[in-house]
Amino acid sequence: MLTLTLALRNLLHAGLRTWLNVVALSFSFVAIIFLQGFYDGLNEQVERATVAALYGGGQYWHSSYDPYDPLTLDDAHGVIPAPLDSLIAHRQATPILIRPATIYPQGRFRSVLLKGIDPDQTVLSIPSALLKDRSHGIPAIIGSRMAHSTGLQKGDMVTVQWRDVHGTFDARDVVIAEVFRSTVQDIDNEQIWIPLDELRRFTRTPDEATIVVLGQRVAPPGSVGGWDFRDLSFLLRDLHTLVRMKSVGASILYLLLLFLAMLAIFDTQVLSIWRRRKEMGTLMALGMTRGGVIRLFTTEGALHSILAALVAAMYGIPLMAFVANTGFALPNAADTMGFAIGEKLFPVYSPSLVVGTTVLVCLVTTIVSFLPTRRIAHLKPTDALRGKLS
Amino acid sequence: MIRPIFLALAFLPGTLSSQTPNGDEILKRVDENMFSRTRIVTSRMVIHGPREMRTVESKSWQRGTNESYTEFLAPARERGIKMLKLKDMLWEYSPSTDRIIMISGHLLRQSVMGSDLSYEDMMDDPHLPHLYAATVVRRDTAAGRECWVLDLTAKTEDIAYDHRRLWVDEARDVVLKENLYAKSGRLLKTVDVREVRRIQNRWMATSVLYKDVLKEGEGTEFYLDTITLDVPIPDYLLSKAALRR
Repeated sequence: MLTLTLALRNLLHAGLRTWLNVVALSFSFVAIIFLQGFYDGLNEQVERATVAALYGGGQYWHSSYDPYDPLTLDDAHGVIPAPLDSLIAHRQATPILIRPATIYPQGRFRSVLLKGIDPDQTVLSIPSALLKDRSHGIPAIIGSRMAHSTGLQKGDMVTVQWRDVHGTFDARDVVIAEVFRSTVQDIDNEQIWIPLDELRRFTRTPDEATIVVLGQRVAPPGSVGGWDFRDLSFLLRDLHTLVRMKSVGASILYLLLLFLAMLAIFDTQVLSIWRRRKEMGTLMALGMTRGGVIRLFTTEGALHSILAALVAAMYGIPLMAFVANTGFALPNAADTMGFAIGEKLFPVYSPSLVVGTTVLVCLVTTIVSFLPTRRIAHLKPTDALRGKLS
Repeated sequence: MIRPIFLALAFLPGTLSSQTPNGDEILKRVDENMFSRTRIVTSRMVIHGPREMRTVESKSWQRGTNESYTEFLAPARERGIKMLKLKDMLWEYSPSTDRIIMISGHLLRQSVMGSDLSYEDMMDDPHLPHLYAATVVRRDTAAGRECWVLDLTAKTEDIAYDHRRLWVDEARDVVLKENLYAKSGRLLKTVDVREVRRIQNRWMATSVLYKDVLKEGEGTEFYLDTITLDVPIPDYLLSKAALRR
């Protein structure tokens, strides 16, 4: 307790030197928590949107289906097995049939994925209900990115050409029933959604699907022959890897900030030990052990981080609370980053992030404060009293 | 006055049918005229793009309808590209990357060198009598010649075009015009023969316009510059090893 009181008094008496260090260190606190909260928010937001729009509670893939290999699409379809059919009947899962196709907007041709979805499904957030009205022809919905790149608008008619399951060409006009906005690019780019029954009829694939998406919190019915279950950890693996990669990239900034703050603490400690030799000698002459002196100087250094945490809380908490509530407005270019972010990003500051960062900074500061004090272990009180460092 | 017209109408179908040859027979004659055991062809493809026109020259060695080797000769950008078709497999060699890639799945739907022809069109079996049942629907003129108009309906399910309409030169057994339809009845592609020449006792189309009607543009012109029929083609040319030669 004496050490702590003494250290705090010494620290406060140092005045501007202490506060400069504290403010610099508080910047590190705020920057680390702020940026890491940004990435945590990004991860959470993208995950939530992608699960709602595309992944549901996991997907069953036809064994030939590989989304990264378009060459598999021709064969990636099969009759839905009974266990999955039962879930579909109870609206706990929805089938999606995917076929390669070509569209001809304004006389240009373009390869797309033609996706059939049940208009009555409620498993995914895709606005499939817009496919119910067939009074104007075969309805189709496309995402806003697809609409932008093809020049298609609501009410437009576009010719779609595909091959049926036997390889025979078919072509029909579809009416763009709606252009939907979604943050999830995987349901938007280069794809066109039409009613599942129409696609099955045109491609002669009755009762077939390419993937079956389970509802969130629906337990998978186990192993299904010819179909592979992909759980959320598998489906979100790429996303998590991408966010982790970006987070690691940002940690270079944290390290730089932390390094600068630690450099200041280290310098302060070295300077203190040099300038306060007589004080150390006096403390030893009065009976304080070398270990006690080391503890005192280390505590003084470590207290910088406690004060920095308090200062950081004073301006950091209001700032972060404001950003967490209002979110970051993102530029349009963010839409092409490959993330389902949306127009605003809301950072997430979890207790574990705040506590973890505080503990980390305090620990590093303590270690850095301790390093220069090792010289005190060899200090002779007589030399110290004369102002020498032995 | 009514009676003669009625009689004429009553007898007309019988009169036409007695003069009209069987559609399958016409198709067989077209097939016999068109196909040879082997052929070596140099040709030009004039591709009309939205902004520019390109001419692609190539030389092909073909054995039957299942085996062919094609080397592109011009322009400089495409020179050295080689394609090999063996039955239902297609490979392409690109000298710029020194790689051989197999064209399948999605890639088959891409156009060949930006033309109105897709790789799929190249892969289809051209022996129409094997695949279609033909009926003569009427007589018409195409390219200034009297033609039988044949409606072709697919005999099997695994066929690219469910329905075709052919204009066959009555005297020369050569197709002068062709429309290719989707299963829905939608017209997809047209083929117009502009010039026919007599080569080694066969009538061959030497200038053809292919048009993907769903796409804007003027189509792709195909010119047959030289052709040699029934000459031996060495086996090594029709193998993957020839692609890197």
